[in-house]
Amino acid sequence: MSDIERLSYDVVVVGAGGSGLRAAIEARLAGKRTAVISKSLFGKAHTVMAEGGCAAAMGNVNPNDNWQVHFRDTMRGGKFLNNWRMAELHAKEAPERVWELEAWGAVFDRTPEGKISQRNFGGHQYPRLAHVGDRTGLEMIRTLQQKVVALQQEDARQHGDPEAMIKVFAETTITRLLKDSDAIAGAFGYIRESGRFVIFEAPAVILATGGIGKTFKISSNSWEYTGDGHALALLAGAKLLNMEFVQFHPTHMVWPLSVRGLLVTESVRGDGGVLRNSQGRRFMFDYVPDVFRDQYAETEEEADRWYADPDHNRRPPELLPRDEVARANNAEVKAGRGSPHGGVFLDIASRLPAEEILRRLPSMHHQFKELADVDITKEPMEVGPAQHYVMGGVEVDPDTGQSAVPGLFAAGEVSGGMHGSNRLGGNSLSDLLVFGRRAGIGAAEYLDRLGHKRPVVDEGQVASARAEALAPLDRAGGENPYEVHAAVQETMSSLVGIIRTEEEIKTALAELEKLRERAARVSAEGGSAYNPGWHLALDLRNIMLIADCVAQAALERQESRGGHTRNDFPQMSPEWRQVNLICSLADDRASITRQPMPSMRADLMALFERPELKKYFTEGELPPAPEETH
Amino acid sequence: MGEKVTLLVWRGDAGAGDIVEYQVEVNEGEVVLDVLHRLQATQAGDLAVRWNCKAGKCGSCSMEINGRPRLACMTRMSTFEPGEAITVTPMRTFPVIRDLVTDVSFNYAKARQIPSFSPDPSVALGEFRMQQVDVQRSQEFRKCIECYLCQNVCHVIRDHEENMPAYAGPRFLMRIAELEMHPADTADRRTIAQDEFGLGYCNITKCCTEVCPEHIKITDNALIPLKERVVGRKYDPLVWLGSKITRRGHRDTPAVPSKRDTA
Repeated sequence: MSDIERLSYDVVVVGAGGSGLRAAIEARLAGKRTAVISKSLFGKAHTVMAEGGCAAAMGNVNPNDNWQVHFRDTMRGGKFLNNWRMAELHAKEAPERVWELEAWGAVFDRTPEGKISQRNFGGHQYPRLAHVGDRTGLEMIRTLQQKVVALQQEDARQHGDPEAMIKVFAETTITRLLKDSDAIAGAFGYIRESGRFVIFEAPAVILATGGIGKTFKISSNSWEYTGDGHALALLAGAKLLNMEFVQFHPTHMVWPLSVRGLLVTESVRGDGGVLRNSQGRRFMFDYVPDVFRDQYAETEEEADRWYADPDHNRRPPELLPRDEVARANNAEVKAGRGSPHGGVFLDIASRLPAEEILRRLPSMHHQFKELADVDITKEPMEVGPAQHYVMGGVEVDPDTGQSAVPGLFAAGEVSGGMHGSNRLGGNSLSDLLVFGRRAGIGAAEYLDRLGHKRPVVDEGQVASARAEALAPLDRAGGENPYEVHAAVQETMSSLVGIIRTEEEIKTALAELEKLRERAARVSAEGGSAYNPGWHLALDLRNIMLIADCVAQAALERQESRGGHTRNDFPQMSPEWRQVNLICSLADDRASITRQPMPSMRADLMALFERPELKKYFTEGELPPAPEETH
Repeated sequence: MGEKVTLLVWRGDAGAGDIVEYQVEVNEGEVVLDVLHRLQATQAGDLAVRWNCKAGKCGSCSMEINGRPRLACMTRMSTFEPGEAITVTPMRTFPVIRDLVTDVSFNYAKARQIPSFSPDPSVALGEFRMQQVDVQRSQEFRKCIECYLCQNVCHVIRDHEENMPAYAGPRFLMRIAELEMHPADTADRRTIAQDEFGLGYCNITKCCTEVCPEHIKITDNALIPLKERVVGRKYDPLVWLGSKITRRGHRDTPAVPSKRDTA
């Protein structure tokens, strides 16, 4: 196998988005030789598409904000299925992570006092999102990219080689993790440009590969989002948590068809935009669920007063968590009150002066003008839900990011638990920073404990990884990978989408079974140098595996919560809140088991009022009722 | 289902290549990238196209469409005349890897040569205070999605590969301007902007501004002001006198070592 390049590192970070770069920076700061594997070019990761902002309770706009309030909002948004320890760490550490970015050169929008400005967003009680217009993700990725470069410049001075301590492998894809008995020993992949195979020998691998959007037909996610990290973790023996929870963000472009699924930032609503149906009704008032009844306005007048006086009015229902708004948009269209192209209307034109819209939402203006000939300062937008995020992911230790496999870590969207059943907008950019850094530290400490006993790459595993990767090129006249992919996406979008039923999920599982056979027969024409057909053929394994996990978990959970809505089980069940669904692999097939949810620490429980907890928890889990304590 | 369009796509690699003609279906509202994807899915599975977000935000799908540097994801098919053949070629300034994909590593090498953001280290986390009006200029330049279309179109290097070592191109001269205008940055990159990064090669023809998909006014807001700052420093009599008295050539932040190795 002389065609394989061999490289040795301390830490290999798979993924070069926000969490991957933040993890790599931390590992390098801890003195570890770090490789960053980027599926795209450096600086192009899906993080660039985040628009609204990064949630952190800095209290710059409303001084009442603090980590406890942020923690509460996050738990409510996730319908209390969140890993509470992750939600706690996230709320406590996010402000420092944002300030750190500022010290690395990020240029956030400012308050009149010159501090970092913060904007309102769905589910956040106070203005909390640090932002740069509506292109916050770009600012974050560029800042992290430039921090990596700054570290490389330091290394050039110190070691005479900018890549001595941290090197980015652009357009490189990992297809297998390699192990030495139980522990991680490295990773196997290919370099897109040449098609050459490469082995990274490393005792610690941090997965930071993002999500699974390309499993679905209508998704706001970029090309890379084929569930690579989710699948690599499963194949290496780690476990996935709660894969049924898939976020369908409520507002994406629906027209023209070619841009269906292009994100329309939640900031439009945070800055005053309202949703209307074809009858002109602000329908979100009809969709406030019982658990949130006390916190949201009941009249348009009260909702409109809130923007100027949030202390004496309740929030507009357009700012409910994303799952609620997405279901409402979906229901309005189904009821025949949709817009001409099958969405609903999102109106900012009548709510803000044109120059204010241009200042706050420049990308949205640009996007609608260029792609749909719609001027959002004059007309409403047509929007509808699309797959946007996956809450489920690799089960990790909250403090270190380590999975069940020694040496395997995960951070960001590929990890699970932090967001429970539904992620609040703005909490993903902060998640990347908080847990990216923690995974970097976790990996460095793992290496320190390991000392000189470095795991050794197993040559048998290398040989089978190589054979697996070459198979689609060697096979002639097989299935077209593009067709199989489109069929998986169609199946998942139509049968395991925003609204689910047992019957449809079972149909999907049967469909996936047939598609698995087709996927096993895909062939790629051409050679191994920069061949997208071959790349897709390899990604298909991951897409199929993850689709299966999502469908199986969706069938198992018989309740509706956050990003999992079962028409046949429309209620949220306190009993099901106690259950985590774990996906693991045996003989190359995924299966689901139930695992109890750890109970929340008493001091965190005490941050909530008993009547609110009663809506989510079983009686036995609640703190003693006040009368019983007398 | 839609009409067919004639697509003339450059196919080949670093060795050789040629235009190949395809007939591909087009539907209402589509962009060039949609049509290239359909071509991949139905006729040319191995057609190399670099893309990622398909939303004009990542800057991956830069190519030349009917000779104009464009993002394929933001070029609507409705902008062409009915029946017009569409020619799609890789960016000309950079070496071809395969088909429409080019080697843009030149840009990453240049990025690594520019001295990084250098704030006052005594400012504690969270203690930066900057006014919106002061950060606005840097923010305009930070809208850059690094599609490198400005680099591709710039005549200093487009047909003059020999200028590449001495010239950073509009994107990275703008990066220097961005850092110079950052209210919290303490370094001075004016001398190296001229001497190491070739600001003097730019003769403000505004081709970069014209192709920028983010509509950043690269020439007017970054390059011309940077030239003014450089000239201001070079010919300021006080600076000149100071440099003679202190016997220090200049106080500029030095360019990053080993830079020539990575160019």
